Amino acid sequence: MKADIRVALVGNPNTGKSTLFNVLTGLNQKIGNFPGVTVDKKVGYSKLPDGRLAEVVDLPGTYSLYPKSQDESIVFSVLADRANPLSPDLVIVILDASNLKRNLLLYSQVADLKIPVIIALNMMDLAKKSGLTINVDQFSKNLGVPVVPISARKIEGIDQLKAAVSYANKFALQEDSIDVKAIAPGLIDRISEELNIDNPYFALQLAHQHETLKFLSPEQSDRIEELEKEFSFHSQKAQGTETIARYNFINELLYDTVIKPINAHDETVSNKIDKVLTHKIFGFVLFFAILLFMFQAIFSWASYPMELIADGFVWVQNSLHHVLPVGPLTSLLVDGVIAGLSGVMVFIPQIAILFAFISILEDTGYMSRVTFMMDKLMRKVGLNGKSVVPLIGGFACAVPSIMSTRTIENWKDRMITIMVTPLVTCSARLPIYTLLIALVVPNRNVWWLFDLRGLALTGMYVFSLISAVVVAWVFKFILKSRERGYFIMELPVYRMPRWNNVLYSMYERSKSFVLQAGKVIIAISIILWVMASYAPGDRFEKIDQQYRQPQYTKTMTPDSLNLVISSAKLENSYAGILGYVIEPAIRPLGFDWKIGIALITSFAAREVFVGTMATIYSVHGNADKMESVQQKMHSAKNTQTGQPVFSLAVAFSLMMFYAFAMQCASTVAVVYRETKSWRWPAIQFAYMTVLAYVASFIAYNVLK
Amino acid sequence: MRLSQLEVGEKGIVKEFTDLEMSVKLMEMGCLPGEEIRVDRIAPLGDPIAINVSGYQLSLRKREASTIILQ
Repeated sequence: MKADIRVALVGNPNTGKSTLFNVLTGLNQKIGNFPGVTVDKKVGYSKLPDGRLAEVVDLPGTYSLYPKSQDESIVFSVLADRANPLSPDLVIVILDASNLKRNLLLYSQVADLKIPVIIALNMMDLAKKSGLTINVDQFSKNLGVPVVPISARKIEGIDQLKAAVSYANKFALQEDSIDVKAIAPGLIDRISEELNIDNPYFALQLAHQHETLKFLSPEQSDRIEELEKEFSFHSQKAQGTETIARYNFINELLYDTVIKPINAHDETVSNKIDKVLTHKIFGFVLFFAILLFMFQAIFSWASYPMELIADGFVWVQNSLHHVLPVGPLTSLLVDGVIAGLSGVMVFIPQIAILFAFISILEDTGYMSRVTFMMDKLMRKVGLNGKSVVPLIGGFACAVPSIMSTRTIENWKDRMITIMVTPLVTCSARLPIYTLLIALVVPNRNVWWLFDLRGLALTGMYVFSLISAVVVAWVFKFILKSRERGYFIMELPVYRMPRWNNVLYSMYERSKSFVLQAGKVIIAISIILWVMASYAPGDRFEKIDQQYRQPQYTKTMTPDSLNLVISSAKLENSYAGILGYVIEPAIRPLGFDWKIGIALITSFAAREVFVGTMATIYSVHGNADKMESVQQKMHSAKNTQTGQPVFSLAVAFSLMMFYAFAMQCASTVAVVYRETKSWRWPAIQFAYMTVLAYVASFIAYNVLK
Repeated sequence: MRLSQLEVGEKGIVKEFTDLEMSVKLMEMGCLPGEEIRVDRIAPLGDPIAINVSGYQLSLRKREASTIILQ
């Protein structure tokens, strides 16, 4: 779409910025990445009253142009760098009317970049309720920019805002806020001169941020560094001076525009809610109750749509097999690509429900209270209060959870969170656990209350959390960081969740999961398909010849004969050969070559395990009737000892292996994307594999 | 008197900071010299704390609160 004007939305977190974005653009939006960084870029389109089309860019919420995280650093780059493909013609700064003072800090910084600005004054109703009177006309006059009062939630004032956008001037009209040049006298002029910059505040920000800005050449950055030394520029001191100057300006500005109520010390509703929600006992009880409810929802509500999706894919595969001619291309499409896709798509319901919950918890303001309550506990093991969200999310899927660690400003805390999140029992491990537990744990009640199998499954979940905490604690001593950890966080007032936002978030997250994980899984499933479908030399031909002989064709039904053939082929394929190759390495864990094949095929995605087991064990059951995977595995006997293959020891050894091993290509890919280096995924893969082997070995030898 | 020494419900006015790096971050969030701060709550495990400053609620760890000196 070709837009006539580009508008950037800028504002503090919790000001209703994304609500305004959704209201302005409706469903007419798309999510991508900002060039060069993995920060979600939301772009949408909005029709203006004069018929022109505006492209609206939603920039990450930030308290100032001095970034504290990767997400925030994008704001300055987009606003200040004129060569940035997203450089806006106009900025809408959204301010929370009930909290103007702190919100105006960001406004005054943005305004000093001298880009045309409009102010959207949100939450006027809340301000009125708390007794604040804002003289909007005086406010607008003092600043020299249009100010539009809106309510993004109630969709009020949006038409006026759009009109203001269409009337907006091409030139910046705002009044100067502070004397920028006084902050770094001399230096600003020299930088402006040498880099040919006409805006003093831009030059000052370059002095602060030149080391991390991508649009500067290394020569430019080095030159700024030299100039800083020449003028003995101290970044933190300068920032402190600037902040104080800005707040002085803001206090003056608000003096004749905002009238505060004299008696403002009534206890707020939020405070009353907090007395219960962050209570010493109720606080934690409620938190665990909410978690329990969430898991219940993820597993029970999602099961029906998940079955539907799985069945749908089976139907598509079957129909394609009927319609398309038999051949390697059809097989690649149906058994490779579509089978791989179905493995990803089946998780959409769980991911959508998880993100619905997370966005409700975040939207209401509850999540920051959880962070507040858990911080001390998490800090003891090297994590951060904010690590709670990714760890909880890890129960559904590590991929979006690792993406959500971006809110953790501290590098070390964030790395440790990324390193341990994949240990948490994700939904892909669930089918493996259910299958193996059902195989070896008797279906019996304990103390009339608990089901033994349920207890075993719960045990695996608790075990995963404990291991994540222990590993985090170990990493705390290994990782070195010069940065100091800190925890300065706004506790927003409680609000009702915005159901539209919840729906958007479900949709967006599911979509980005499918797109990101989908690519990797398709690639890997093609490789696995090739390995499982081809064999060296004429092995497959020999199998075909063998089973075409009358002793097979006459005694067996065509269906069971096909199963026998495909199983024999898998054994002789490259994947099967690899299974034999690794057998000596996995024998101490109690695994045979067949489990070896499953380990290899599920290398990229754990959930493949069950499917592979189904294929491999299809031969050993009673060939006359189609048995379930579970029955087949149950009746599988070791050819040498005659004992069942899946003893208690083997099943638990396998579960330990899946609990620790990094068998998820999507996670590896997302860790690489988030850390921008292969070093971290490599370390993660290595430590998890070692842990998996050791835990498996111990489990097998103890239970044997 | 430091902010970390206040009990729940007590108020104080910011005088200065003992740590430059922390002061920059705190001032950005509205904790400036001359500003009134009220302790609203202490987390169930005793740390961090929640304070009311310039019209909103901010949480910070006790270690960070101890860098704020009150009048």
